[in-house]
Amino acid sequence: MGPRKLMLGNTANGLFWTYRLLERAENMSRLIETGQRIALTRLNSSDKQWLYVMQTAAVSSEYTKYYNKVEKEAALDWMLKHPKNNSSILSSITSARQNAKMVRHALTTDVWEAINGSFLDIQNLLKGKIRERDLSIILRTIKQSAALVRGATYGTMLRNEEYDFCRLGTFIERADNTARILDVKYYVLLPSAKAVGTSIDNVQWETILRSVSAYGGFRLEYGHEAGPSDIAKFLILDKRMPRSLIYCCEILKLHLLSLCSTYSNKPASFSQIMQLQNRFLTHDIDAIFEFGLHDFLQKMISLFADLSAQIEIDYRFYK
Amino acid sequence: MEADLVFDEMWADGTSIRRPYKNIKTWLDAEERNSLKAKRQDANDLFRLTGITFNVYGSEEGEERLIPFDIVPRVITANEWNKICKGLEQRVRAINAFLYDIYHDQEIVKAGVLPLEMLRNNPAFLLQMMGVNPPGQIYTHISGVDLIRTEENEFYVLEDNVRTPSGVSYMLENRETMLQMFPELFTKNRVQPIQNYPQELLYSLKNTLPDTAENKPNVCLLTPGPYNSAYFEHAFLADQMGIELVQGNDLKVVDGFLAMRTTQGHQKVDVVYKRLDDEFLDPLNFNEKSSLGVPGLFDVYRKGRVTIANAPGTGIADDKAMYSFMPEIVEFYSGEFPLLQNVPTWRCAIKDQLNYVLDNIHELVIKQVHGSGGYGMMIGPTATKKDIANFRRKLIATPQDYIAQPTLSLSTVPIFTNKGFAPRHVDLRPFVQMSPEKINIVPGGLTRVAMSKGSLVVNSSQGGGTKDTWVLEN
Repeated sequence: MGPRKLMLGNTANGLFWTYRLLERAENMSRLIETGQRIALTRLNSSDKQWLYVMQTAAVSSEYTKYYNKVEKEAALDWMLKHPKNNSSILSSITSARQNAKMVRHALTTDVWEAINGSFLDIQNLLKGKIRERDLSIILRTIKQSAALVRGATYGTMLRNEEYDFCRLGTFIERADNTARILDVKYYVLLPSAKAVGTSIDNVQWETILRSVSAYGGFRLEYGHEAGPSDIAKFLILDKRMPRSLIYCCEILKLHLLSLCSTYSNKPASFSQIMQLQNRFLTHDIDAIFEFGLHDFLQKMISLFADLSAQIEIDYRFYK
Repeated sequence: MEADLVFDEMWADGTSIRRPYKNIKTWLDAEERNSLKAKRQDANDLFRLTGITFNVYGSEEGEERLIPFDIVPRVITANEWNKICKGLEQRVRAINAFLYDIYHDQEIVKAGVLPLEMLRNNPAFLLQMMGVNPPGQIYTHISGVDLIRTEENEFYVLEDNVRTPSGVSYMLENRETMLQMFPELFTKNRVQPIQNYPQELLYSLKNTLPDTAENKPNVCLLTPGPYNSAYFEHAFLADQMGIELVQGNDLKVVDGFLAMRTTQGHQKVDVVYKRLDDEFLDPLNFNEKSSLGVPGLFDVYRKGRVTIANAPGTGIADDKAMYSFMPEIVEFYSGEFPLLQNVPTWRCAIKDQLNYVLDNIHELVIKQVHGSGGYGMMIGPTATKKDIANFRRKLIATPQDYIAQPTLSLSTVPIFTNKGFAPRHVDLRPFVQMSPEKINIVPGGLTRVAMSKGSLVVNSSQGGGTKDTWVLEN
C-alpha cells in the first residue's frame, strides 16, 4: 500500500452509524405505515395490532414500561417521537444527523444537505401533538427524505472506503430489520400454518410484506396462489428482493471485499460474512424450515450483531 | 472620535452617496421591500440547510442558532484594502516576532520596552513554551485582527485574535449565500473572490511543516467536539480543506510522534490545526483534567515533530492588557511606525490611569483583560447606574484585571430591517495567514454588525449579526 492518506476509525464509525440510523428511521416509518394501513382497511383490526407493530420494531417492551395499555395514539407517539424511546423516528434521525455532522467532511455537500435538510423537515413535522390526519404527510416526508439521501449518496459519493462504510451501515440494519420482521410472525409462515389463512389476503402476511415494501413485488413474482413458505423464501433467499437476507448479505460481502482490496488484508469480518453466507444461505427454503425457521432467524440476527461488532473492531471504530 | 459624529460608510456626510456604494444604492432602490424580505428568509433557510449555525453554551438541548445575516453588503475599495493589508502584515509579523522573542531571549524586556510584570503575572504567558522552536518559527499561522473604522481614512485595531480566531466560515458562507441569492450583483460589481481561503490555508500550513514530515504531509483539524459553539465551523473548514476532523481521542502519541487512529491503525500526523484552547491541549503538560486533549502532544511539539497552528502560548499577544503595548511592540520589531492605529488604552493597573478611568467612567468602555466574546465588558455611555457602580467596585478591587478605552464611534453601514434601511455599527475581522514563505490576506473578512439601533456590541454571543464584505477590484 502506498503512502495514501487513511481515514479515521472514528470517521468510519460515524458514516456507518449515520446510515444505520437513517435505515432504522425509514424502517420504522414503513412499519407505522403498515400498521395504519391494516388499521384502516381491516374491519376486525383492533388497537392490539399496534402491539405487533411495536414488537416487530423491537420497541414494545419499553413501551409497556411507560403505558399499561396499547392504544393507537400512544403507540404512534411512541414510535414517532417519544423522548424515552431511543429508536423512535425522531431519535434515530436526530442521532443520524449528529453522526453526519461529525463526519461531514467525509460526505459530499449534496449528501450532507440532504441529511440535514431531512432532519430539519422531519423535526419540524414532529413538533407538537401529532394528529392522525398528519400521519400520511409525515410518513411520506420520511420516505422521500430517505430516497433523497439514498439518491444523493448513490449519485455523488466516490466509490471508496467512505462509501463502503455507509453501505455496511445500511445493510446491517436492513438485514437485521428483515430478520426481525420475519421472526415476530415466523409461525404464520410455517408450511403447516396454512390453516391460518389460505390466500395472500391473510392479514398477517400482508403485514409482513408491506413492512418490507414487498407487497406488490411478491404478488407480481409469485402470483396469487403463493403460500406462506413462498413469503419466507422471498424475504430470505430471493436475490432480486433488495431487502431479503441474501441480498443484504451479498451487498455486505461486496463492500467488505472492497475494503479488503483497499487495505490489502482480510480481517475477521470478511471471514464472518463468507461463513454466514456459506453456512446459512446456500440451502433451499425447505432446509430452512427443517432447521426451524425461528431458530434460523434467531441465528441470523445474532450473526449480524456479531458481524457488526467485528467490523467495529477490524476498522478501529473505537480504539 | 466623538460619539455623536458617526461615519456612515454609505452616506459619509449624510447627503451624498460615497462612490463605492453607488451600485448598492441603485440596486436597493430598485428592490421591493417584500421581495427583499423573502430573500432574507431564503438566506436563513440556506444557512440552516448548510448547517452554518452556532451552538449556544449552557443550553441543554444543544440548541442551534443562526447568526443574523444582513443582505446589504459592506463595500471596501481596493485602495482602502491595500492600506489595511500593509498595516495587517506589519502588525502580524511584529506579533510573530514578539512571540518568538518573549519565549526566547526576551530582548523587548531587556530593552525596557515591556515590563517583565506583563509576562510574569499573566496566565496567557505559557512557561512551557520557553525555548520551544515552532516549525518555521511561525506562531500565528492565522490571525483575525478586529478593525473598526471611524472616519474615511481612519482604521483602528480593536483586538488581535491570535489564539484561535474564528468566524471565517461566516465570511465564506455569507459570500456563498449572496452569490446564490443575488447573482446579478456579482456581474455588475467587480468583487474580489475569497473562496480560496481554505485551500490557501492548507497550502500555508503545508509550508510550515516539522522537519520530520514526509512526502505527503498529514494535516488535521483538532476540535473540542460537537458541543463546542464553533463546531460547525470546524466541520466546515475540515471539509473545505479536505482534511480529517479529529477529536482528542482520535489522536495518540505513538513512538514519540503524534498519530491518528485510522481504520488501519495509527498514522503519523504532521500538522494540527488546533481549534482548542491551549489549556485543554495536553493533560500531561497543561490542565490535567482535560479530556479533550492528547496526553503527551506537547512533548512531541517540543521535539519539533509536529506543527500546531496556532502555536500554544500565542494568547499572550492578544491579551487585552498586552494590547496597550502593541504600538511599542510593532515599532520594536519592525523598526517602523505602526501603520494601523491602536485605540488609546488606559491600563488600570497603573494608579494614575486608574484614577482617570474612575473619574471618567461614564464615557469609557471598560474591558476585562482576560475576557472575550463581549463578556465582562461595560460601555460607559449606555450603562445603567447599577452597572457603573458594579464596575467601579471591580476596578478598585482588582484594577490589574481591567483596561479602559474611549467610546469610539464605530462606522455604520445600512442594514435591511422590517421598517426599511437603517444604519448600524460594524467592525471588520480580516483573516491573515502566515507561513515562512509569505503572508496571505484573503480580500475580505467578517463584518460583524450590531443589529439593534445605537448598539456598539457586535459579538455574535450578544446578538450581533454579519454581512458579506466586498473588496472591490481596482
